[in-house]
This record gives sequence, C-alpha cells and structure tokens, in this order.
Amino acid sequence: MVNENLVKNVVKEPYKYGFVTDIETEKIGKGLNEDIIRLISQKKEEPKFLLDFRLKAFKKWQKMIEPDWAGLGYKQIDYQDIIYYSAPKQKEKISSLDEVDPKLLETFDKLGIPLTEQKKLTNVAVDAVFDSVSIATTFREELAEHGVIFCSISEAVKNHPDLIKKYLGTVVPASDNYFAALNSAVFSDGSFVYIPKGVTCPMDLSSYFRINSGDSGQFERTLIIAEESSSVSYLEGCTAPMFDTNTLHAAVVELIALDDASIKYSTVQNWYAGDEEGIGGIFNFVTKRGKCLGKRSKISWSQVETGSAITWKYPSCLLLGEESIGEFYSVALTNNLQQADTGTKMIHIGPKTKSTIVSKGISAGNSINSYRGLVKMGAKATGSRNYSQCDSMLIGDQASANTFPYIKSQQPNSEIEHEASTCRISEDQLFYLQSRGIEFEEAVSMMVSGFCRDVFNQLPMEFAAEADKLLALKLEGSVG
Amino acid sequence: MQSTMKEPDPILEVENLSASTDNLTILKGVSLTVYPGEIHAIMGRNGCGKSTLSKIIAGHPSYNITNGDIKFLGENINSLEPEERAQSGIFLGFQYPIEIPGVSNLEFLRVSTNARRKFLNKEELDTFDFEELVKEKLEIVKMDHAFLSRSVNQGFSGGEKKRNEILQMALLEPKIAILDETDSGLDIDALRIVASGIKKISNDQTGIILITHYQRLLDEIEPNYVHVMSDGQIIKTGGSNLALELEEKGYEWTDNFIQEA
Repeated sequence: MVNENLVKNVVKEPYKYGFVTDIETEKIGKGLNEDIIRLISQKKEEPKFLLDFRLKAFKKWQKMIEPDWAGLGYKQIDYQDIIYYSAPKQKEKISSLDEVDPKLLETFDKLGIPLTEQKKLTNVAVDAVFDSVSIATTFREELAEHGVIFCSISEAVKNHPDLIKKYLGTVVPASDNYFAALNSAVFSDGSFVYIPKGVTCPMDLSSYFRINSGDSGQFERTLIIAEESSSVSYLEGCTAPMFDTNTLHAAVVELIALDDASIKYSTVQNWYAGDEEGIGGIFNFVTKRGKCLGKRSKISWSQVETGSAITWKYPSCLLLGEESIGEFYSVALTNNLQQADTGTKMIHIGPKTKSTIVSKGISAGNSINSYRGLVKMGAKATGSRNYSQCDSMLIGDQASANTFPYIKSQQPNSEIEHEASTCRISEDQLFYLQSRGIEFEEAVSMMVSGFCRDVFNQLPMEFAAEADKLLALKLEGSVG
Repeated sequence: MQSTMKEPDPILEVENLSASTDNLTILKGVSLTVYPGEIHAIMGRNGCGKSTLSKIIAGHPSYNITNGDIKFLGENINSLEPEERAQSGIFLGFQYPIEIPGVSNLEFLRVSTNARRKFLNKEELDTFDFEELVKEKLEIVKMDHAFLSRSVNQGFSGGEKKRNEILQMALLEPKIAILDETDSGLDIDALRIVASGIKKISNDQTGIILITHYQRLLDEIEPNYVHVMSDGQIIKTGGSNLALELEEKGYEWTDNFIQEA
C-alpha cells in the first residue's frame, strides 16, 4: 500500500536548528506572582504605566480559565514551573554590535541570520530576539533617515513612551484571552515598528525569534504602527533547540493601519515540533491581530506554519475603516504527532470592507490539522465582501484534517463566499511523476508546493523560496 | 528469433513473467523480446492484461512479480524503483494521463528531463536552456506554448493529454517507449499528429511497444510484430498482417488460439 509507504517515508529529516547555545544567562526564579512581574518590570527599567498595565493583566489572567474549545490534547501546563525572564548576560550598555557576545552572533550566523556589519543581510533589517531579550537590530540608522523606527519594544518603551501608551493593548486588550492576558503580564521583549506618514519603508523589516533556554517561556510582544499613506512589509522567523520538555511560547502581535496605510506581515514558523513520538516541542499559543483603523487601509497576513508541537493561532483583522481590506494566506503543515488549530477572524465593521482567506492545510503522519475561522459582518458593514477558500491535503491514512468555518452576518447587504476541498496525494499521481524519472520525495514535495502555490505567491520573494525548501525538508524521508 | 553474431543486443526482455495484484493473478507467463529499431503491437480485449504488462515494466508498486524476469539492456530490473527505470530510458505513455493540480507543466517537464539527463551524464538544463529545448519539441506534437504554463494535464482535453505524453517522450528520448492506448480518444487529425510524432522520435536504436485495440494507429505506424493477448498470456504472435486479420475477424476469432496455446 502506498499510504503505508508514505507514512514511513515521508518523515522529516532531523531538525536542523536544534542546537543549544552554551551561554551564561541571567534567569529569575520559576513561578508567577505579582513580585515576579514587578521584578521583570524593574529589570527593564519600565515606567509606571507599563507596570500597571502588567499588573492589571495579571489580575485578569488569574480569573480566567485556560481555553479548551480547540480540543487540543496536551498535558496541563504548570504555570508555576516556568521561568518568565531569561536573558544572556551582557555588558550593561551596548553601543555597537561589536560588543555583542560573539556566541550570540555565532548563534544567529548558524541560523542563517548574520548580524554583523560585514555579513548582515543587505536587503532586510533584522531585529534578533534571544529568549527574553532583543540582541541587536540592524540598519537602524538607515531606517531612521526615513523616520522609520525599528527597535526592540523595550527600547521603544524608553524612547517612545507616548506611542506605546497610545497603542499598546488597543488591538489585543489584556483581557482578550487567556494567553494574551498572560503575555500582557509577563512579556519580555519583541519588536516595535513605526512608519511615519507617507513613508514607504525602504526595506523589509524582520524579527527572528530564538528560544534557547529549555525551562523558560518566550513571551514576546510586537507592535507595528503604519501612519497615514505609509506601507511596510514585515517578516518573522522562529526556531528553538530540541528539548524533551515542552516550552511555552505565548506571543502577542498588534498591527495598526491608518488611512491608506498598508502592512504585510509574513511568518515562517519553524519552532521545534517534538520528536516522532511527540516528546518535546513548543506550545505555540499566539494572538495576532491587526486593526484597519483608517479608510482604505490594508492588513495582509501570510504564514507558513511548519513547527511546534501545538499551534493555536488565528491572525485576524478588524476592518473598521471604510473600504479597508484584510487578507489571510496560510500554509500549515503538520507531521508525526503535531497538532495545529489555526485560521483567522475577519471582523467587518466598516462599510465596503473586503477580506480574503486562503488556507492550505497539509497533514501527514498522525497529525491533526484544523482550520478554524470566523467571518463576521457587522450591522454597518454594508456592501462588504468576504471570500474564503480552505483546502486540505492528506498524506497517508492516519492524519486528519478539519475545517471549522464560523459565519455571522448582521448585514443583509454583504456577501460571504466559502469554498472548501480535501484531497489526498494519490498513488496514481506519485507513480506518474516517478515514471518520468522524478524521485519519490521530490514528487511529494512538488505536489505539496503546487498545492500551496496560491499562498507562496503572497510571500516576499526570499521567504517564498525558504518556505518551499522548508516544506520539502519537513517532508523529506529516509527512503531506503 | 535466433540470435546471431551480427544481431544487436535486445533492449527489453520479458521472460515468462507472472504477476498479481490483491491476490488476483493478472499475468500468467508472458515472454517478449524487443530489439533496437523494432515496433511491437500488443492487442487484445479489455482486461486481458496488456495495460498491466506495461505498468509492471514501468515499475508500478501495486503489482507483485510472482515469477519471471524483466531485463532492460541485459540487466534485471525487477526490483528497480519506477524513477530509476525512467531515468535509465524506459518510458510509459499513459492511457489516462494523470492530472496534477498546482504543478506547472513546464516545471514538471524540466525536472523530469533533467532527471534523465543526469542519468546520461548530460548537463542539467536551467529554465532558459530548457525553454529552447521544449520549444523545438513542441513542434513535433504541434502543441501551443500556452500548455506549458498550465498545471500538468489539468483541464486538458483527451487529445491534449495524449500529445503531452508524446511531448514527454520527445524530451526524455527513451530507449524503449511503451504506449498504452495512446490512440484512444483521438480524432483523425490528432491521431496523425501523435503518430508522426512517435515516428520522428523513434529510430533504429529505440524500441516501441504499441498497446492498442484498433488498426487505425497501426495504419500510421506499421509494426514489425503483432502480439495478441488473452487472459494474461500472449496467445499469438505474427507480422503486421495479423492486426488486419484481427480487425476483420474480431477477437472471437482469437478464442480458438487459446485452445491451441
């Protein structure tokens, strides 16, 4: 039977990014309480308003219950057994990249993200986040010439408190959900982007998140603000070492687009997924949301999700501005015992708003891959339109794919379209490609990337190539 | 056929081949030898095992060889993967070419051509060089360039699919091509294009096996040998006249041979 072969053969190659950097770190004790939060805030020399924000969020979180509606199966997380702050020990003040610990630079080098002046990527500015802190941000001066602010959120708190005060928590309120509340209470670092009025960001901006420590969670927070008539393309990548314990990653990302502004946010997520028996791996519980505040503003999410033991993630758009546009393009690949519950929410509030959802789920091994999405047309969203397409591909006969589309409309003068399909890579297709001299694995990856084409076309060039390679790697087996 | 000193080595030797799928025996001792420059036709009723024979030679994983051997250029290939057989020069033209959504025909043809070229120690072609090559080959099957940007066989008409098969054959330059009912579903014009394409691609160094129900393809490409299959066996072999006789008398006529065999 071909299916058995597939399941046997189509197993990922060893995780390439599973190494640990041996570096002295400053960690605080395990556990979560008000003192810990005060300690984090103090370490980061935060103003009082932020400490209050954290404490309020913590109070809310304590009253909340961990959600179980996604039906994900995992061992209860012990929130008192996690370290909430872990940072590599560095000099007090770092004035240039030359002062960054070479071990850290080496780590990012190995991940394909060189940071030093001589080697840094030329077409993209990078903010490198290691465990709880941002290590370095490249091209800051060049970007500053255009008025673009790109720095770690900790620095933004210090240098641009007004912007933080004005926007933090306005898209994802602390009380939004369990994991967002937790993040609001303990977030340690992340990226901050501000694009001033009328500016098209001269290069792609990118954050690279690296979890190094096995017993600390990563709680990063990203805030992107695009002023009137500005635009930016932002990329996010993630990897983590292989540990046999589960590591919690609960991030919050907030995007704000004003009149005629556009934000494109692309993710290639490759957190460690655990081994074939499902031991270890990252729990990726993330809240990502964009607010199309301005008229004709546009927010576009594209994501390639290949890693994590569990992914729980719904990048969404609140379409307030008249004629604003929300987009969601997603490829989620699960293998072995991975579980992914991902999708989007398109909340149409303003009139003549438009949204597009294209979701491609690929399930192999014994994995479970679900699309969960909400399209809501509010009472004032007259003349609004949504188009959704959810396709699933099954590899082998042990994997499962689910689609849960929720549609709510309070506006008769709006259109919602939903298409869904499921396919399986057939023995006949494989044989056809093989009979033309194409290797089994290449045949599988050709079909998988063909299946994902609509989404890959939305990714920035260099990311699309990387995503294609990553999927092929994930599906690469040990044929022999 | 007696082999003499002057005769070249055979391309394909099928020796007493038996095969089954899901415990159902489909081939019951088939023998067939193809020498360079030869064209063989295999005819027979639906379900007689002709298509199965072609798939087994190409290495389809659903069938088990229970007895006998397949040799290609003197080497036993029973246990080779389908892609290894294809790379070394065995080509199967499908009766029903498979649709592969999302995979561009051009990319598919390029990857496939390069797999064969790699085997032949020829330089692999980049997108630009391949464009040049494929343009030339499109002429042979009179296909429009637009076919290349579509997904493999998706939304192609029956005739377009068959022409795409011959295009692949032209690119891969196989040592032996087994064409499974390439003529079915073609109108007269398409049949002529396909037939002339096959003739252009083949030469005195290649072998061809045509699997067909009808005389009309054989009017275009005259075979050296015609084999009649029934119930998993070759029950009669003759020259091109055998096909004409079959056309005239129908397969019922061949039922007599079964007793003889």
